[in-house]
Amino acid sequence: MLTDLLTLAIGFATLCVVAAMLFCMVRLLLGPTAQDRVLALDTLWMCAMLLILMLGIRFGSLIYFEAAVLIALTGFVSTVALAKFLMRGEVIE
Amino acid sequence: MNGLETLPAWAAVIVICLLVLGGAIVLIGALGLMRLPTFYQRIHGPAITVTLGAGAILIASMVYFTAAQSRLVVHELLITLFIMMTAPVVSMLIMRVAVYRDLRGRKGGFAGEGDVYRQPTTAQDRPDTK
Amino acid sequence: MLLPFPYLSTALLLCWLLLNQSLEPAQILLGMLLAVAIPLLTRSLLPLPRARVRRPWLLLRLLAVSMVEIVRSCLSVSRIILFRRSRGIHSQFIRVPLDLRDPYGLALLSCLINCTPGTVWVEILPGTHDLALHIFDLQDEQWWIDTIKSQYERPLIEIFEG
Repeated sequence: MLTDLLTLAIGFATLCVVAAMLFCMVRLLLGPTAQDRVLALDTLWMCAMLLILMLGIRFGSLIYFEAAVLIALTGFVSTVALAKFLMRGEVIE
Repeated sequence: MNGLETLPAWAAVIVICLLVLGGAIVLIGALGLMRLPTFYQRIHGPAITVTLGAGAILIASMVYFTAAQSRLVVHELLITLFIMMTAPVVSMLIMRVAVYRDLRGRKGGFAGEGDVYRQPTTAQDRPDTK
Repeated sequence: MLLPFPYLSTALLLCWLLLNQSLEPAQILLGMLLAVAIPLLTRSLLPLPRARVRRPWLLLRLLAVSMVEIVRSCLSVSRIILFRRSRGIHSQFIRVPLDLRDPYGLALLSCLINCTPGTVWVEILPGTHDLALHIFDLQDEQWWIDTIKSQYERPLIEIFEG
């Protein structure tokens, strides 16, 4: 009973995260300004990290954690570089 | 298949509640990002995804692995710490990008919302902006 | 002194052990080596003299209070996103005069404000000590200024400048 509920909850959360990624994708493609696209891309990174974590819970494996850490790190660095580029026109001054 | 069947009841209840809450909050945040009309409103949508949504799913993962492996598994704390330190920096940077680009686009300060960034300029102040 | 940065070294050691998920003596030794070496190697990157935290308990209490505030404003922001018509949301920039001067205090204040959904810190307006802040749903400007000054700024002044 509880196991079924747990499977259901994991499926629900995974579906939610995937739908959130779709919404971000829509904003990334529509986004009227460049800062909209950067914001959508940053949220997409975050949702991807959460999706990896959900997969880790689903398959009961600790391996996925490393991928989540890497996605969080690269997502932050790439967003900062993009924002810096939009502000100044160059990444490294 | 995996540890789902051997999970104790208390942990299962906590994990279910946190997963449903986290999934719903993540979805609502992305919905806000897609639905709200202006950029300055859209920037508040992902904020709830990053704080409460990610927090709930990370805590669920911690509780799940701690109960399933019957030892303390708290390395998700690293991701939590990292997100807590980087999310404010990211949102502040994107906000400043938007403000600078809008200020640069319209010379007299942009009349967005509120009067913080509306600088009164008259024609004789800047004759060269025509 | 043997350990020039005791708190940073402890935090680095803890991070290393969490990353490796082990408490073996070899990992602890390697982690301690890194925890001593990294602050020494990156010392020239520190832009400011070390922060002095006068009242650590007040700092912990401030963090707990803002954690509760984050959860509360998460729920209210999601309610607005779901149920409010887009035209009815009053998003505005407001101007908050700050008394806090300590750079570490300002950094912590910006992190706390940005972590709370519904408010985004823009910048400290050049030439003044006023903070430009963007509010998702503004009802009462004076209430926001009073809340930020009493709930966040006054404890930070006591912690970092008191």
